[in-house]
Amino acid sequence: MSQFEIAWRGFKGRVWRDDVNVRDFIQANYTPYEGDEGFLAGPTEATNKLWGRLQELQKEERAKGGVLECETEVVSSLTAYGPGYIDESMKELEKVVGLQTDKPLKRAFMPYGGIKMAEQAAATYGYTVNPELVKIFTDYHKTHNQAVFDAYTPEMKRARHSHIITGLPDTYGRGRIVGDYRRVALYGIDFLIREKENDLSHCGGRNMIDKFIRLREEIAEQIRALKNMKKMAEIYGFDISGPATNAQEAVQWLYFGYLAAIKTQNGAAMSVGRISTFLDIYIQRDLGEGKLTESEAQELIDHLVMKFRMVKFARIPSYNALFSGDPVWATLEMAGIGMDGRPLVTKNDFRFLHTLENMGPSPEPNLTVLYSSRLPENFKKYAAKISIDTSSIQYENDCVMRPVWGDDYSICCCVSATQTGKEMQFFGARANLAKCLIYALNGGVDAKTREQVGPKYLPVTGDVLNYDEVIEKFDAMMDWLVELYVNILNLIHYMHDKYYYEAAEMALIDTDVRRTFATGIAGFSHVVDSLCAIKYATVKPIRDEDGLIVDYVTEGDFPRYGNDDDRADEIAVWLLKTFMNKIKGCHTYRDSEPTTSILTITSNVVYGKATGALPDGRKAFTPFAPGANPAYGAEKNGLLASLNSVAKLPYEYALDGISNTQTISPDALGHTDDERINNLWHVLDGYFDKGAHHLNVNVFGVDKLKDCMAHPEKPEYANFTIRVSGYAVKFIDLTPEQQLDVIARSAHERM
Amino acid sequence: MAEGRIHSTESFGSVDGPGVRFVIFVQGCSLRCRYCHNPDTWDAQGGEWKTADELLDTAERYRSYWGSEGGITVSGGEPLLQIDFLLELFRKARLRGIHTCVDTAGQPFTRKEPFFSAFRELCDVTDLFMVDIKHIDEAAHVRLTGKTNRNILDMLRYLSDIGKPVWIRHVLVPGITDDDDALRHTADFIRTLGNVEKVEVLPYHSFGAYKWDTLGIPYSLNGVEPPTKERVENAQRILGTERIGLE
Repeated sequence: MSQFEIAWRGFKGRVWRDDVNVRDFIQANYTPYEGDEGFLAGPTEATNKLWGRLQELQKEERAKGGVLECETEVVSSLTAYGPGYIDESMKELEKVVGLQTDKPLKRAFMPYGGIKMAEQAAATYGYTVNPELVKIFTDYHKTHNQAVFDAYTPEMKRARHSHIITGLPDTYGRGRIVGDYRRVALYGIDFLIREKENDLSHCGGRNMIDKFIRLREEIAEQIRALKNMKKMAEIYGFDISGPATNAQEAVQWLYFGYLAAIKTQNGAAMSVGRISTFLDIYIQRDLGEGKLTESEAQELIDHLVMKFRMVKFARIPSYNALFSGDPVWATLEMAGIGMDGRPLVTKNDFRFLHTLENMGPSPEPNLTVLYSSRLPENFKKYAAKISIDTSSIQYENDCVMRPVWGDDYSICCCVSATQTGKEMQFFGARANLAKCLIYALNGGVDAKTREQVGPKYLPVTGDVLNYDEVIEKFDAMMDWLVELYVNILNLIHYMHDKYYYEAAEMALIDTDVRRTFATGIAGFSHVVDSLCAIKYATVKPIRDEDGLIVDYVTEGDFPRYGNDDDRADEIAVWLLKTFMNKIKGCHTYRDSEPTTSILTITSNVVYGKATGALPDGRKAFTPFAPGANPAYGAEKNGLLASLNSVAKLPYEYALDGISNTQTISPDALGHTDDERINNLWHVLDGYFDKGAHHLNVNVFGVDKLKDCMAHPEKPEYANFTIRVSGYAVKFIDLTPEQQLDVIARSAHERM
Repeated sequence: MAEGRIHSTESFGSVDGPGVRFVIFVQGCSLRCRYCHNPDTWDAQGGEWKTADELLDTAERYRSYWGSEGGITVSGGEPLLQIDFLLELFRKARLRGIHTCVDTAGQPFTRKEPFFSAFRELCDVTDLFMVDIKHIDEAAHVRLTGKTNRNILDMLRYLSDIGKPVWIRHVLVPGITDDDDALRHTADFIRTLGNVEKVEVLPYHSFGAYKWDTLGIPYSLNGVEPPTKERVENAQRILGTERIGLE
């Protein structure tokens, strides 16, 4: 028998055998599961030992200020290191092997995004990078960061400096590219190399224009990366040239694909992708052949997840302020519904959720349930139970994403969908629309720095803000901001492709790749409420001695976003559509398709800090509400009214995602466990049936947060995880400022 | 068209009857329970006038969250003080296929007319009654709430006679409503009813105390702590759990 006949024994379907097509393989072979969690197995002794050791290491890491060790001598690459294990003395216990460096939690040296950043990151934690390396990446090898700053215009630098656009990936990897890591398991590397060689042979032979020259170079890079992946696996004693022949190999091969990505890129989001249903097929086959027990199956998933919990990058303090708590967005999806109407829920989806019970709560991997009210009720209940117990999972609406992205998409960052193995994203930053509104009032002058950052348009005059006048000026200022923002991203992504190309990830994506261009909005709810105040109440601006508006007196009541009040929510919809339509009008790099998101991670704190007072009553330089959340204190009619407001935002205009984070105190969810579980999945059903996109669910009371802040040393808080806009984080890893921000957000409590 | 005096609404009621519910808090109550956490709903002259259709239109915005169990609950305040309005609201809710629940202390109940006819009609359009038994002993009830409990217990008997589903709730206040004798008497009474689907023990909390301060009413339970877990479990044991009367 050929290696493929052995590896593919018992598998059904035809299309996926000739061409790379993992989706077709899944549809032909997966076993839907409608039962409950009764079959699940607890942690094995090996899992307990390894996880125990890892927790000790995490404790040491925290004690050392957040970083256990930084590499200073070796430039990260697929083959830069010998094998590394969680604990050398227990390495035979690890069912899934492979670390980013030679030691657990040690952070690699990754200079290609920017040498200054790499140097500074190490220095922050007391490490000095070998000066020879600094010299090489300063004098001899250009980095992405240097290239971007070579090309930035003065206007771009001003916008960056004033924080009207913040979070640009110009000093580190852009991330958000999800290789189809399943391909390594299903086909083996040699098959994938042959496919890429075939693509290369058909690329631009007769018509060597720059587009084809670039693509030929990229494919060659991809083939080189595939070959190096084999070498990387060999270091750990595995030959991944052929396909995986059993569940353990499938898990290991897939992980090697992902490991290749995180050894070569330090992107802000390094998603794992939609692997649960795929791996279940191998586990089912082994269970059927009697080669695997349920306990062993769970052990494989536990060990894989343990690896995802260990992914680390060296970051600088300003990055940590934007994206707090050391996140990597190892986002991993489960559930969803197939095009043929069958739920994609398998036993493996339960196993992945069960890792939160076997090894306790954790922010990574960023477990994401692709939700539909048509998912099996047993699964909905189990997910709700895990949410209530751990606050570690997020939900996204499969019913709005499936029509756009098909039934094999992954989440490539916090909440953004991408077709697995077929797409990549150009993403970066957010446009601070709240600041843009203030610029509109002040004629492009930044009231904080007194600098003329925006164009010198006429400021508003008069003692009361007039809605029509403000809208006209805001619209014009948004035109300027959007154009500038898109131009900055065009420039960044041009340079990233040139100097920090993701060869390992792109090697696991179709050569004929579709590209999206993802923008973002910050300050959303504050702009909506401010416009409502101007329209429905009387807003008198307060000007300083230079005539700049620095505050407001708002008289009278006005509707606010977050109360299911159409007057406010219609302005919210208008704002999103207006912004997105402006983005669509711009040229986007490499024929990419523009999208946008209302999503801020923890950057709502940083954005807010750079933004003056607003007519909605938000004080100067205080945090924004995160993502698409209503402003603090604006919600007056309870949780569902707030959810209804967010659900009105049309996903079609924000294909990159609309993030909503809600915290519910356990008492407000029901008296008994059963009541809480049932109420929660009904809330999810109701919200997503209304067409909403995303929900982070936290279940705890404010008291717990306050106690955790006062006593972070208590053992029960070591892994206390909460969900924030688009990701999960250990509460103790947030800055005190962000902790206070989370506490200040209204938890839905009722008496 | 009848209008009701409404204190407020809550889109996400999770402990106000079966499933997820839209809760309408009416204005006005004649009891003066010492532990009341909504004293701002006492004044029968406050609130905002709203029509049944207006409220149901708002409620239906949350229908997708209700599933097969949820619906609306009218709480308060004391809903039975506005029985004509309540009747119209529930009649209309029924026409819209909405599950109806009233959360009442039963104080306005009487078998006298015109109340009793209206109440009988209300029963036809009410899916579930949630009734507080504040104290089983009449004298203690008067001390706790300012009114007798005779007509309240009579209402429960009537609801039992017509077989209308009832959930009974008992707020457990240490030193006031948690002595074992009274709990046993309450349980004895509940056992005489044939319609009780659920008995809930609600541990007293002082989160509403600030409202008393705001309203300038002296709060007489300062210093009373919430009951311990043991006392709550004790009360649950004595009062029995779900569906005690139906089997």
